[in-house]
Amino acid sequence: MSVRVGEAAEALPFPEAAKKMVANSQLRRNVRHATDVIRNKRGKVVGEKEDWQELRAAGNAIKRHTLRHLDYYLQQFEENCTKAGGHVHWAKDADEANRIIVDILAKRAEKEVIKVKTMTSDETRLNVALEKAGITPVETDLADMIVQLGEDKPSHIVVPALHRNRMEIREIFLKKMGLETLGYEPQDLAGAARTYLRERFLRVTAGISGANYLVAETGSVCVVESEGNGRMCLSLPDILVTLAGVEKVIPRFEDMEVFLQLLPRSATGERMNPYNSIWTGVTPGDGPREFHVVLMDNGRTKVLADEEARDTLDCIRCGACLNACPVYRQTGGHAYGSVYGGPIGAILTPQLQSMEHSQTLPYASSLCGACYEVCPVKINIPEILIHLRAKVVENGDSPFSERLAMKGAAFAMANAGRLGVAHLFARLGQSVFEKDGKLEDLPGLLGGWTAFRDMSALPDQSFRDWWEKREAGR
Amino acid sequence: MLISLFITCYNDALFPETGKAVVTVLERLGHAVEFRSAQTCCGQMHYNTGYHPEAVDLLRHFLEVFAGAEVICCPSSSCVSMMRDHYPKMAAESGDPELIRQVQEVLPRVYEFSELLVDKLGITDAGAFYPHQVTFHTSCHGLRSLGLGDKPLQLLRNVRGLTLHELPQADQCCGFGGTFAVKNADVSAAMLSDKTQCILSTKAEICSGGDNSCLMHIGGALSRQRTGVKAVHLAEILAATEKAR
Repeated sequence: MSVRVGEAAEALPFPEAAKKMVANSQLRRNVRHATDVIRNKRGKVVGEKEDWQELRAAGNAIKRHTLRHLDYYLQQFEENCTKAGGHVHWAKDADEANRIIVDILAKRAEKEVIKVKTMTSDETRLNVALEKAGITPVETDLADMIVQLGEDKPSHIVVPALHRNRMEIREIFLKKMGLETLGYEPQDLAGAARTYLRERFLRVTAGISGANYLVAETGSVCVVESEGNGRMCLSLPDILVTLAGVEKVIPRFEDMEVFLQLLPRSATGERMNPYNSIWTGVTPGDGPREFHVVLMDNGRTKVLADEEARDTLDCIRCGACLNACPVYRQTGGHAYGSVYGGPIGAILTPQLQSMEHSQTLPYASSLCGACYEVCPVKINIPEILIHLRAKVVENGDSPFSERLAMKGAAFAMANAGRLGVAHLFARLGQSVFEKDGKLEDLPGLLGGWTAFRDMSALPDQSFRDWWEKREAGR
Repeated sequence: MLISLFITCYNDALFPETGKAVVTVLERLGHAVEFRSAQTCCGQMHYNTGYHPEAVDLLRHFLEVFAGAEVICCPSSSCVSMMRDHYPKMAAESGDPELIRQVQEVLPRVYEFSELLVDKLGITDAGAFYPHQVTFHTSCHGLRSLGLGDKPLQLLRNVRGLTLHELPQADQCCGFGGTFAVKNADVSAAMLSDKTQCILSTKAEICSGGDNSCLMHIGGALSRQRTGVKAVHLAEILAATEKAR
């Protein structure tokens, strides 16, 4: 089985990719502005819920329970969805999922397919597979459409074009929609998108969606969105195919009560999503005639097997941790080299790939805890980051210079006698670099420090030396 | 009360003045201070970077050194959060019942400096005099892990001569993050530049904090940029009196 997470296996190490992003001042301004707007909105609507902490606890409990009994609920979903006229398929990895979807559409000789936002299809690179098979995918979520037309990559799991500003989007639309003129105002851009999409909604006979929730007890699927494009994709075509990771299942219909409150407030700062579409199999005379669900593993069951990191799968893809993360806010999502950026991406991507790639991602965090604080299902992301760092070290993938420094420090810290000697050596060593009590240009690992900041030199007397003298003088 | 000082490894080597200040404040308040000289490090750097066996060795050493200590004071919220957030898990994973028991026994007696003053000793006025414009950086571990809230600010507000300036975007990380600062130096520096901009916008001449690790990072940039603004640990402000000037 080969797990693929977008193009993450070929991505640059995070520090290198981040360096480029940090140098892009337009991108940093765009990301800062967008995350500030969402953060403020989220703060307001979360603050007005007196039972927010209880809701978080409930969301966490439902997810934990479901994942401990995942096999049971998935089979229950399959049974009930099938009973309602849906077809359920199982895919062990990205390639199998893509193959199943392409086959379903090719059998009906579909040439185009309209898509409502699905990060999972970016994970499998479904669009590439569709194009290879001669089927043109049309992204209908406004931001996904901007990314697709701009031949770009998503930079956020909820607002994938957050790194673009209005002027950049106008340029993309002018070029790719074949327009002669286009205004600069948001309503001008929305108008152009509406015209472009409306024509495709009415023409295309096949749709692809992701899933926010799969309800085991009824076999229903739920997709939430803000633009109405999803409702079009889910109701207008003759055939609908839903791609979902296996962790999307929840036990009961009433469990959505919890998530339909947690998700919109965390994701977009809305009290409720403007569009909540829930459907069960096929209904004669209403909506698609043919409905398929592809349940995909692609590394998820391996994540589940790791007791210390399995909470990663609780994620409901709200993106609140991205908006809160001070690292993401400097770099945007592309630095993470994966369709999943930010703190959740830093723990999800390496795990899906069995820690084979992306080993720099668990270190892409200052462990400030802002992600854990906002997570609507209480995933302790810092704890999991540290767990994954330990795996990197265990696997022997940490840099040699770092291992040397850590082993050296552990040796020196083992007892106070050694520590005193280490102080002495450090003081001797620093004399070469010291100027007015400051160190401005250090070699090796510490060069990363002194490139941007002065380092105070070790004073002549440590605290323990001072204390010893003081006690002796008493 | 006999208070045992856990100075922490980097304060010991780099910031002895902070340790001296803690001793000054506690003795001025009428308490006895002891320094168990066998102490070294809490293990945070090793643990957070992924070197867990090494961190467990340091945990064992810490427990050995501080066995029987009545109250332990540590002038670093990040080291205290290391102990509270991770020691129980490290002990549980070791499967050693004695280690689990020792951790359970020691943790309630560990206090961060401002916690010790406000919660344990019931002090919000430490009797200090410090005629300066000051802003305060609440480090992430103090804010989110220990939940210090406004304890350090209560202490600063009662310092005579001191004008406290509110720091904008105080909940944003300064970008230190231990080895993060060297492993991801560019992002760390970008976060730091936002922090120094906020500090400079307050017009304060001193940026205080409860963690010399963040302050070393922030102060290093303030010094490199020749801003004339200094980073000073909370304990050093509380130790200052008119007489000592």
